Amino acid sequence: MDLTSINPVLLIASLMVAATPILLAAIGELVVEKAGVLNLGVEGMMITGAVVGFAAGVNTGSPALGFVAAALGGAALSLLFGLLTQYLLSNQVATGLALTLFGLGLSALIGKPYEGIKSPTLQKLDLGPLGDLPVVGPILFGHDPVVYLSLLMVLGVWWGLGHSRAGLILRAVGENHDAAHALGYKVVRVRMAAIAFGGASAGLGGAYISLVRVPQWVEGLTAGAGWIALAIVVFASWRPWRALLGAYLFGGVTVLQLNLQAAGLAIPVEYLSMSPYVVTILVLVLISARGQHGAPGALGRVFHGTG
Amino acid sequence: MSETRAPEPALLGLEGLTKAYPGVVANDDVSFAIRPGEIHALLGENGAGKSTLVKMIYGLVKPDRGRMTMRGAPFAPASPAAARAEGVAMVFQHFSLFEALNVAENIALGMDRPPAPRELASRIRAVSAAYGLPLDPARRVGDLSAGERQRVEIVRCLLQDPKLLIMDEPTSVLTPQEVEILFRTLRKLAGEGTAILYISHKLEEIRALCEHATILRLGRVVDTCDPRQKSARELAEMMVGEELHVPSRAPATPGAVALELCGLSMPPASEFGTPLRDISLSLGKGEVLGIGGVAGNGQDELLAALSGESLAPAGTIRLAGRDISRLAPNQRRALGLLAAPEERLGHAAAPDMSLTENALLTGAVRERLTRRGFIDWARTRDFASRIIEAFDVRTPGPENAARSLSGGNLQKFVIGREVLQAPEVLVVNQPTWGVDASAAAAIRQALLDLAGRGAAVVVISQDLDELMEISDRFTALNEGRLAEPRPARGLSVEEIGLMMGGAHDLEVSA
Amino acid sequence: MIVFEKRPSPSRFWAAVTPVLAVLATMIAGGVMFWLLGKDPLVAIRTIFWDPLFDPTFGAYSRPQLLVKAGPLILIAIGLSIGFRAGIWNIGAEGQYIIGAIVGAGVGLAFYPTESRLIFPLMVLAGAFGGWLWAMIPAFLRVRFGTNEILVSLMLVYVAEAMLASVSQGLLRNPDGMGFPGSRNFKEYPAAHNGEIIAGTGMHWGVVMALIAVIFAYLLLSRHMLGFQVRLSGEAPRAARFSGVKPARLVLFCLGLSGALAGMAGLFEVTGPAGQVSIDFGSGYGFTAIIVAFLGRLNPLGILLAGLLMALTYIGGDLASLMLGIPAAAIQLFQGMLLFFLLAMDIFTNFRIRLKKPEAA
Repeated sequence: MDLTSINPVLLIASLMVAATPILLAAIGELVVEKAGVLNLGVEGMMITGAVVGFAAGVNTGSPALGFVAAALGGAALSLLFGLLTQYLLSNQVATGLALTLFGLGLSALIGKPYEGIKSPTLQKLDLGPLGDLPVVGPILFGHDPVVYLSLLMVLGVWWGLGHSRAGLILRAVGENHDAAHALGYKVVRVRMAAIAFGGASAGLGGAYISLVRVPQWVEGLTAGAGWIALAIVVFASWRPWRALLGAYLFGGVTVLQLNLQAAGLAIPVEYLSMSPYVVTILVLVLISARGQHGAPGALGRVFHGTG
Repeated sequence: MSETRAPEPALLGLEGLTKAYPGVVANDDVSFAIRPGEIHALLGENGAGKSTLVKMIYGLVKPDRGRMTMRGAPFAPASPAAARAEGVAMVFQHFSLFEALNVAENIALGMDRPPAPRELASRIRAVSAAYGLPLDPARRVGDLSAGERQRVEIVRCLLQDPKLLIMDEPTSVLTPQEVEILFRTLRKLAGEGTAILYISHKLEEIRALCEHATILRLGRVVDTCDPRQKSARELAEMMVGEELHVPSRAPATPGAVALELCGLSMPPASEFGTPLRDISLSLGKGEVLGIGGVAGNGQDELLAALSGESLAPAGTIRLAGRDISRLAPNQRRALGLLAAPEERLGHAAAPDMSLTENALLTGAVRERLTRRGFIDWARTRDFASRIIEAFDVRTPGPENAARSLSGGNLQKFVIGREVLQAPEVLVVNQPTWGVDASAAAAIRQALLDLAGRGAAVVVISQDLDELMEISDRFTALNEGRLAEPRPARGLSVEEIGLMMGGAHDLEVSA
Repeated sequence: MIVFEKRPSPSRFWAAVTPVLAVLATMIAGGVMFWLLGKDPLVAIRTIFWDPLFDPTFGAYSRPQLLVKAGPLILIAIGLSIGFRAGIWNIGAEGQYIIGAIVGAGVGLAFYPTESRLIFPLMVLAGAFGGWLWAMIPAFLRVRFGTNEILVSLMLVYVAEAMLASVSQGLLRNPDGMGFPGSRNFKEYPAAHNGEIIAGTGMHWGVVMALIAVIFAYLLLSRHMLGFQVRLSGEAPRAARFSGVKPARLVLFCLGLSGALAGMAGLFEVTGPAGQVSIDFGSGYGFTAIIVAFLGRLNPLGILLAGLLMALTYIGGDLASLMLGIPAAAIQLFQGMLLFFLLAMDIFTNFRIRLKKPEAA
């Protein structure tokens, strides 16, 4: 075993890459839950985004178009969830599970012809000499555009929810949909928009796995990343910056265990590879032991406006 | 102040408004008009169609037939925003507030084009000072008292400079002193030319405040009058359409101590709950104790502590001398302590379950509806049928879902379920809330009859008239504390108001 | 304009009819999917739903498979449905299924090569215990700390899969297996083998247990106070507490029961149809059982039928993949669609649909 082979700078740089898919999905789901909707289908939307993005990327040769297609695919799937839960008033937990099962099947079907192909490479953003700086260069300036996009999305969601009129309305709808309806806000429309945003974000996150992180398509590629994103929203107490923290924490655990595997630590590989999930459970326990603060008041409740 | 005004053109005119829902005509050919500066009462029982009518004016519901005019021009708001644009503002009965948001955010949500946050905050302070309704824009609404929450709603309306202010049952959450302050604000507004549509079923208030009343019964306008010229009894009979049955009972002589609370304190059950603080109380057999107070002052928590839903510290609750503080609900039922919570659908009863199943919900122990854990459905159905028969619950049969019953009928079922189990002590919260007058009278009579048979009855209610009518002793909850109980007979409104906490942080003489 | 009016009572008629309609709708949508894949939709549907039972060539092989596949699905779904009824969402049955198989198989292999009638029953108990223990993790965390059981139970699936990979290459690896991963095959250890009870039917002890579970769940939900409390907690949690239900105990009961049944299903599978503990033992039954539970309307008899139907799609899917080259993933999608259609059609049960003329404003 050789722990000195683990370079802390590269570790931080690669944890950002490892965390990005989950961060994207989590920030989307955070907005959905702030609007009072619990979409447990993140995993399904992510994996659909992963396969759609991969297919589009391979066929067009452009990873950027792959990401666009992935966002559209994730949003389309999420609107199916929206149709069922918001218009046909189905149970959100059951429908979210259905979305995940559906997405897993759909992705496996679409992905069959793409197994074993390598995706086009997403170029790193060239920031000139900044990227050559020691330590901060690889950490801050050596990434591809999607990493920066995910950080911008955190910033945007933070500002949008806390400081814009649209964000205020969205929070109001998630807090008390009956009161929002009485004031004349279109509860269902606001929620559909939030659901579509969540779907697009999850799609982007999935595509980041298939186009950048792995980068190829295998069945079941997301391996629970969507569920971890859901856990991170809880960990974050529905606050965007804490979602960033949670995602990077998780990314850190993932990268560290991969590094330890590579360094040939005496712990069996299986135990290292289960560690991210165990850590997620432990973090959930710590958060819930403190009491659930900040959960939107109407989360998961069915809204049926009369009149 | 406006009696000598010359006849003005109407601000809002309603002509033949009709709105039907499946199985019920909520409004049938309703016509009347409101002039600027007029305080106009809309009087009617629960279910008379008041709420539907104001929802049509506020753009939440579209009428099937009929038309409305605003200052002579056709008025058909497609949404609340459209109604607000025409100068209509509304204070809701169940507040349209968001507990996790602060006062300024709540107010901004009720405006169509709110100013920048800093300017909004200063305008909130200005308006609230001008009308004697102090508010801190940065406080979270969840931390405010019911009276303060209503202030948020009113200030939200005032900031939009309304021409017509609709108030839906605004005083149900206020102490008498706070009602007085509200009325002063409303009179001031009317003096400035704002028309006020005031919805209530509280007759004395309407007599004190309003100069014109439209009375609705079963969706139709049955009468109009100047409420200042009528007695409360006359108004009541116009509203109900029949002579009221006033509950009666033989005066009771309290027997041995049935229920005793000693220094009961409990932390709040939820984030926005109220803690119970050092509650002590002794209740005799055959006695009816009325507990008043504004909603949110610990009523739900007290009922939960007594029913066994939350366990109290040992030694704080005694039933006939026995410490029951740590006993579960069914153990308490076995000993004779029964309860009926306020919320009918979802707490006292499961909405989608049948009446038979709902009878089982609390009746399993005392009515012996189970044998070694297995349910005797025949016996349970029989118990449900007995409740339906004894309490005149209008339903096709016990297999119908609780949700399918009207509020009054379900409440009769819920109260009847407990009364028929012959409790030693019965605790009820808001036994006649949202119930029509005849069902309310029947429920009150049942509670009195129960006390007449020797049971101790605790009635928690926000309806002071009800409490005065049936209680032997009266007390009130205020921020989780219970006032010293006093004989109900001869208590003045001022004394009751002070027991309820006066006007909280407001100066009565503001 | 279409409006939904809430029914005063849920419609029993629609509750019974919607699963049938959902199946029909799925067949139509599935037909379109097969057509898009370039297959004859009618042939594909017939291959999936008819041929496994009635085809003269394949029927004899695939008919017994119906019970083999339906057994674990029904057993797991029954356990899940009781939790779902109470609003307790165990979605980690796949993990409990795996752990049940590992623990049960481990107990059996510990006795190898002893022959005794007691070994198999002991293994069944051990399997149930393993699944129960695995489900007790989310149950305990929820009761003690209020941790969301959906996420914890799901995370534990991945942990269980890693453990499966570990034991099939380590602890339980067949010492005579020349280093290949995977345990001894139970077909070669009669005392621990879960073989067919009646030859040629597919009937093994897991199927018997599934039928017992159906009857047990039916009695529990319709006749017993505990079942009433389960239903009450799901429909009106506050009313349940008022009635005297202890939420913590219900969580422990529901998660424990579903875990034990899933663990048992795993044990019956590993000792019977699967034959050995191996890396690819987890076959997704734990997730498909969620579909079965909903398709059966969380009703024990409904789950029995839904389990058979879902088993049919598995076998039919295999057949379609063999005969028509339809990818296996298409069947998974097909099952997902079925659940979607069912959830969408739920609206008929609770609401009346009316066409309304646009309102004259």
